[in-house]
Amino acid sequence: MKGGWLKIYAIGYLLFLYAPIILLPIFAFNDATIIAFPLKGFTTQWFSELATIPALHSAVLNSLLIAVTTAVVSTVLGVCAARAAARYQFPGKKGIMGAIMLPLVLPEIIVAVSLLVVLLQLGLSLGAWTVILGHVLICTPFSIAILNSAFQNLDMSMEEASYDLGETPWSTFRLITLPLVMPGIISSLLIGFTISLDEFIIAFFLTGAEPTLPVYLWSQLRFPQKIPVVMALGTILVLLSIILLTMAEYFRRRGIARAGGKDTGGFL
Amino acid sequence: MKLRQYLRSDAARGYLLVSPTALYALLLLAVPLAAIFAFSFWTQDYLTIDKTWTLKNYREALSEPLYRELMFRSVRISAAVTLATVLLAFPIAYFVSFHVPKERKSLWIFLITIPFWTSYLIRVFLWKVILGYNGVLNTTLQGVGIIDEPLTFILYNANAVVITLAHAFAPFAILPIFVALEKIDRSLLEASLDLGESKVTTFFRVTLPLAMPGVIAAVLIVFIPTIGDYVTPRLVGGPNGLMIANMIQTQFLKLNNAPMGATLAVLAMLIVTAISLVFVGLNRKFLRGQK
Repeated sequence: MKGGWLKIYAIGYLLFLYAPIILLPIFAFNDATIIAFPLKGFTTQWFSELATIPALHSAVLNSLLIAVTTAVVSTVLGVCAARAAARYQFPGKKGIMGAIMLPLVLPEIIVAVSLLVVLLQLGLSLGAWTVILGHVLICTPFSIAILNSAFQNLDMSMEEASYDLGETPWSTFRLITLPLVMPGIISSLLIGFTISLDEFIIAFFLTGAEPTLPVYLWSQLRFPQKIPVVMALGTILVLLSIILLTMAEYFRRRGIARAGGKDTGGFL
Repeated sequence: MKLRQYLRSDAARGYLLVSPTALYALLLLAVPLAAIFAFSFWTQDYLTIDKTWTLKNYREALSEPLYRELMFRSVRISAAVTLATVLLAFPIAYFVSFHVPKERKSLWIFLITIPFWTSYLIRVFLWKVILGYNGVLNTTLQGVGIIDEPLTFILYNANAVVITLAHAFAPFAILPIFVALEKIDRSLLEASLDLGESKVTTFFRVTLPLAMPGVIAAVLIVFIPTIGDYVTPRLVGGPNGLMIANMIQTQFLKLNNAPMGATLAVLAMLIVTAISLVFVGLNRKFLRGQK
């Protein structure tokens, strides 16, 4: 069989990649406070306990607010940059785009501490909005990466046709360009939301007195008796991420198909 | 008149459109990075910051054995993670690019990227559960009868950090290699086989050199962020697996010594940049030698 050994290796590797996610629900439904084998029995106790923790609920609301705002702002910034990069030629384009994409490779702790230093020097108080500032910075490169393919697959002659038929630049953008790149925009919103919801380090440094969900989770990991509840929460989060990602992938593929491009696979 | 003409040009429109994003990056990335750099030359006494420029922090950071040990260890661990991740990732990227039917490639790539998008904290924590003394791995191996005593070298040390980070950064290594492999013109491989090379020599003389840009990108994309990872060393590293990011956090949030934290952050960035540049330089030479 062609690639037989490679296929076995690939399946083994996928198991390695999925091992933590597969274990998560197993322990979330396990009727024991200690996270270890052998399993004790089936319970939904940990899930029902989730409903009784007010600190968790405010963390969730805080995270949702941050994630939605981050997704919207980084997508708007992403649209500007991706459109500029795809449509126009200007001196220094490579350098400018490189600087914008830099947070993608910069260690997050560097982004976090450098923002913290500036905010404290300016005497600003930390809160949800400072986390949003940091999250937009790291989400924008992802938005651009997704939107780049959407804008590059765009056929410029369609816009020209629209101008020739008397539409203004704004109405052309609204009626022609936007609908064509819409799937990319939705996919970028979903990815930004997912990244922000999950991001820990920047939130840890910049969140102040109101923790985000990952910061709350981090504080709970120290108490062994709370771990099963964390597992239950994690199961819900993983499920949510998978749903969001599947939607993002669906829209990304539809976008490529709509613009008549060829699928090259993957988000990055 | 000239100005109006310029404003209608491609360049002006491009600048105008890119400016919100560029300004954001300038204000929230370039300015803070400059501030960190400035801080690294200042000193702090309790709550007052002394803004006289001095190299005191750098002297301390380079002479204090603890800081030096953490730096070396961070580089060592990151290098091990990079090596493990890229070596494990290459066959996967090769498999998806060369052996998976075209219409199923996106599905494979999607499957590979899903775990990467799920809660990082929880994934790392679960590695602790897998690798622990009474963990999944030990109980399974004992149950099957491969080992009698639980393995202890896989949790609360550098090995655990390497395993966990190799898991966390897998898609970062697979995707660039996959993209490079996809770009290879398949007729080159046929030509090589027709000209009498074996499958193995074709791989080493044609496929691998052409995939090198992807491999280099993968190495950089894994190496640079891992050196600054905070969560993994803290959760699974134990005292001997802590890395420089943990010390940076301690300086900023616990010891209230922002200038020292800034110095360590700047040094970490300098080391990463230096190693990356040397690596890229070496590969340039290597790639040129291939021609």
